[in-house]
Amino acid sequence: MLELQNVCYEIVVNNKKKKILDDISFKVDDKQLVVLTGPNGSGKSTLSKIIMGILVPSSGKILYNGKDITRLSITERAKLGLSFAFQQPVTFKGLKVKDLIDIASKKKNSVINACDYLSRVGLCAREYIDRDLDSKLSGGELKRIELALILAKNGELNICDEPEAGIDLWSFDALIKLFKEEDKTFLVVSHQRRLIEIASKVILLSRGKIEAEGSYEDLKEKLSSQICDRLEEGNE
Amino acid sequence: MNEIEKKILEEVSSLHAVPMSGAHNIRLNGKLVSRGVTEGINILSKKDKDGIDVFIKRGTKNESVHIPVIVSFSGVKDKVYNDFYVEDDVDVLIVAGCGVNCNGSSASGHNGIHTFHIGKNSKVRYVEKHVGLGDNEAKRELDPVTDIILGENSVLIMETSQLGGVTKSIRTTNATLARGAKLIIKESLLTSEQDIVKTMFNVNLEGENSKVEVVSRSVARGKSCQEFVSNIIGKNKCFGHVECDGIISEKGIISSTPKIVAKHPDAMLVHEAAIGKIGEGQIEKLMTLGLDKEEAEREIIIGFLR
Ligand SMILES: Nc1ncnc2c1ncn2[C@@H]1O[C@H](COP(=O)(O)OP(=O)(O)OP(=O)(O)O)[C@@H](O)[C@H]1O
Ligand SMILES: [Mg+2]
Repeated sequence: MLELQNVCYEIVVNNKKKKILDDISFKVDDKQLVVLTGPNGSGKSTLSKIIMGILVPSSGKILYNGKDITRLSITERAKLGLSFAFQQPVTFKGLKVKDLIDIASKKKNSVINACDYLSRVGLCAREYIDRDLDSKLSGGELKRIELALILAKNGELNICDEPEAGIDLWSFDALIKLFKEEDKTFLVVSHQRRLIEIASKVILLSRGKIEAEGSYEDLKEKLSSQICDRLEEGNE
Repeated sequence: MNEIEKKILEEVSSLHAVPMSGAHNIRLNGKLVSRGVTEGINILSKKDKDGIDVFIKRGTKNESVHIPVIVSFSGVKDKVYNDFYVEDDVDVLIVAGCGVNCNGSSASGHNGIHTFHIGKNSKVRYVEKHVGLGDNEAKRELDPVTDIILGENSVLIMETSQLGGVTKSIRTTNATLARGAKLIIKESLLTSEQDIVKTMFNVNLEGENSKVEVVSRSVARGKSCQEFVSNIIGKNKCFGHVECDGIISEKGIISSTPKIVAKHPDAMLVHEAAIGKIGEGQIEKLMTLGLDKEEAEREIIIGFLR
């Protein structure tokens, strides 16, 4: 479904070149749940944005269903079936949650329909449908709406950047089902043990390089310092 | 009324047909074409100048008055004085639209001077739409003036918009608020090409616990130029909040000049202004949902001005 070949991303800071991503290659197969994890600043968001077309790699190739999409715009990738949930959800002035759902699903939804997307991410839909998608919404609410938009867009490859951030850990447990039960491919940036455990594959990024790639069992030791264990602690 | 005139009527007043039931006064190219009154709302033509007096009786509730103005000939320069006398304990909706459609080179325009004399404990929602249509050559000028005298514990909600097609416009709103009165103004402006708009709000918070909230949202495209000026004076224990939000694109210019004057130790006045182009992140977000850049910008602007 998705293949990255030798992707590099360099920026220039104070006249010096800085390599943010260094020779990244990996594959995501159809209907897989792949988790991208690694310490803060390791390049996870940068990599996700490169896949969506929000950033352009300095070198390397991105293939989607065998087609080279490296030079395609965000819009073109979106139309091919890629979706993206931002780590920091974007807010608007005057656009309502329902407007965004309509845009994502390319149709004027009935209220019942639109509410369905919100209910599936654990929001009491009626309260939100008419609200402006602005910064008056709480961080966790914004993150859930971000996921609801992914559902509404109904893309084939869904990239979610730290969907757990700001969402209370008890309800995140229920959200995890979305990534597994949906008949879609997910590439999720996460530090959540629960999610990593059920992943088809885990990619551990460190300082812009892939440090390890494999199943949770394969990477268990390397990951032990990485993952967020709070869920289990919280439940005790 | 011809098709174009009907279209303007619909745009500015959300009315589809004339005649209509309920209180109304429709003015076409400087002439009265339809008027209706009700038991609670009377409309009389002024004797000394162009315009109407609208009288809304004490206790009139859940009624509306529509007073659209349509200019469809070039070269018409219409100036009217409309006075609203709203007694106590009233709850009404007033819709005053103005549409100018003209082609050709001579300037057409309409200057509406609207004065609200609002009594005690009344609630008025005033919706005002200004629309300009026609080819690019023609000049369409609208200089609306709104004077508001708001009585004790009364509320006026004013929703005013001017979304394109008006070449030159000076918009003035003056208000004086008595004790406990509340004025809420929501303004939406869109300019393009070489349009010039100046909008001014002068509000006197005279009475104790009076309150004003102004939210102005504007978009300046092309080489258009907008100027926002507010002057809020707090003479008592009062609250005032002015928010000016602007989006500029291409070579559009917006200037915002806030003035807040607190003349009482318990006056609480706030002004916020933010002007800039559409956030990159907002466009990117909508592009990830499948819109192209232009479509994304359009959706953002439509939402912003709604
Ligand atoms: N425009 C930029 N200018 C300077 N440094 C940048 C820029 N963009 C990214 N970086 C740097 O690139 C590195 C990777 O950032 P990125 O946001 O991809 O990390 P991340 O793995 O998503 O981190 P987190 O877990 O905190 O979300 C960081 O060191 C960051 O400071
Ligand atoms: Mg990140």
